[in-house]
Amino acid sequence: MSTDVWTTPERAALRAAVRDFCTKEIVPHLDQWERDGEVPRTLHKAAAEAGLLGVAFPEEAGGQGGSIIDQTIVSEELLYAGASSGLLSALFTHGIAIPHLVKSGNADLIDRYAKPTLNGDLIGSLAVTEPDAGSDVAAIRTRAVREGDRYIVNGAKTFITSSTRADFVTTVVRTGEDPHRGISLLVVDTGSPGFSVVRRLEKMGWLCSDTGELAYVDVRVPAANLIGEEGSGFIQVAQQFAGERLGLAVHGYGIAQRALDLTVAYTRQRNAFGRPLISKQVVRHKLVEMTRAVEVSRTYARSITERIAAGEQLFAEAAMAKNQAIEACSFVVNEAVQLHGGSGYMRETEVERHYRDARILGIGGGATEVMNDLIAKALFG
Amino acid sequence: MNIVVCVKQVPDTWAEKKLSDSDKTVDREGVEGVMNELDEYAVEEALRIKEASGGEVTVLTMGPEKAVETIRKALSMGADQAVHLVDSGLHGSDALTTSYALAKALETIPHDLVILGVESTDARMSVIPAMLAERTGAAQLTFARKVEVGDGTVKIERQTDTGYDVVEAATPAIVSVVEKINEPRYPSFKGIMAAKKKPLTTLTLGDAGIESEKVGLAGSGSSVAEFSARPPKQAGQVVKDEGDGGSKLAEFLASQKLV
Repeated sequence: MSTDVWTTPERAALRAAVRDFCTKEIVPHLDQWERDGEVPRTLHKAAAEAGLLGVAFPEEAGGQGGSIIDQTIVSEELLYAGASSGLLSALFTHGIAIPHLVKSGNADLIDRYAKPTLNGDLIGSLAVTEPDAGSDVAAIRTRAVREGDRYIVNGAKTFITSSTRADFVTTVVRTGEDPHRGISLLVVDTGSPGFSVVRRLEKMGWLCSDTGELAYVDVRVPAANLIGEEGSGFIQVAQQFAGERLGLAVHGYGIAQRALDLTVAYTRQRNAFGRPLISKQVVRHKLVEMTRAVEVSRTYARSITERIAAGEQLFAEAAMAKNQAIEACSFVVNEAVQLHGGSGYMRETEVERHYRDARILGIGGGATEVMNDLIAKALFG
Repeated sequence: MNIVVCVKQVPDTWAEKKLSDSDKTVDREGVEGVMNELDEYAVEEALRIKEASGGEVTVLTMGPEKAVETIRKALSMGADQAVHLVDSGLHGSDALTTSYALAKALETIPHDLVILGVESTDARMSVIPAMLAERTGAAQLTFARKVEVGDGTVKIERQTDTGYDVVEAATPAIVSVVEKINEPRYPSFKGIMAAKKKPLTTLTLGDAGIESEKVGLAGSGSSVAEFSARPPKQAGQVVKDEGDGGSKLAEFLASQKLV
């Protein structure tokens, strides 16, 4: 019996269940959801009933009590089985919207937001980015002013995933002047007067994942919706970065694996000049390079995931895993389209979608350049 | 109501199935095994009855060691315990001897109801439910598309070619289900972890009081004399529309029992 933590009988069973779910509940509808510009709430409910939404969240918060390894298995298998990076970002937005709230241990917030979200009844978003502040979180200007037992919030957020459908938005707000210690996290109900989705943004890829621009005008938020201490927002957000970056690394090598599988299948059945494409050396070598890129990225990301699951703090390594996987992904999806020839450029061909979806991965969740800065700081001071 | 669900591991639906050259039985080693799809509906129905009216659900599987994967899946869906009838002497059993072995195994499990899929995707005989009813003396309620349990009774809607019959019987009863009956649940992570800790009893021929000469290849009443590979696909039937294309299409679908 293998001692590999990725292939235990339970994880093999989890993989099989995820593949089954993906094949029946996602793949047949994905094209329609891409056209719709969003995934339906029924998908959240179905995924919750299958136990997929909260695999790595603690049972006390309505989760399944698994680890980051189990969550990785879920994401990997969804991608390998034909879901998309955009689908994952839409369905698992709570993966960035509620971890701070759960970690705070605030039973009231967990009951009101975490449990119903993991149950598939609520949708949550995380709002960090503003028109003038992205990776530079300390530059955010959306302000929350305490008045008695509530905060009054004013400001704007943009590029917010799932926010046009969201029931609540975990919002990064400024409660003080210090760039870092003046930042707090507030849960804002999207039904609150003064909160509005200004527009639904149209994107290059991730079409089934809705993205919004948000306005907060004198939005009254109960002080009970503050996550953790006032002024602890920056550190809370930063603590989740490693997990989020590893999650995007999985998107990277997961999409790449899928695009590679599709390309191998295509080049086997496609004949040119009297022989299958896959028999030609130039194609074979390209497929090998694509395979190598995927394997190396997956192996490195998984090794970091295992160490983080064991309790290590590995911010620079998680950033490297992200950059490695995303570089591999960009290379693989580009070659996948190339090897599909004309059909690779068609909307009806799956690799075309992965090509577009992949482009965001080096921008979102910390741009490649920001990751490199962070790694450089860890390595060279 | 205590329920036994009979679950079979079959070669993956999409895999190429082969018979072994040596003894002409299905090659179960070379392909991935999965739970017979119709049995997923049987497990689901048993779990729904249990959730509505209490009792325990026991999985009963006859098959080689490897079939334990399928047992685990049924447990991770929510069944309470499992009995695995596993013995090299069972290899090559036909439907008749399988029903005998299952009936003997059922004697070791107290139950009111037995639920099965109407057929397995590998053998496709669709006779085990009826045979089990005959051997155990329990009522036979087959092709159920709906099951209602009462106090000591079971009522089903029995799917027919033209509609359905309502059939009712006192327990104990054997119920076979069609895929229309429900939407089987997916095993959750929690369910998968919980399944590790659920009781799994293995039974040998001796444990179940099964006479070894009555099972296996030698004990079977039927045997495979010879087999050949499936012939290549024939060209399809072309229907030319001369104003009656619609009715010809309907006729074809009806002849294939698709409508």
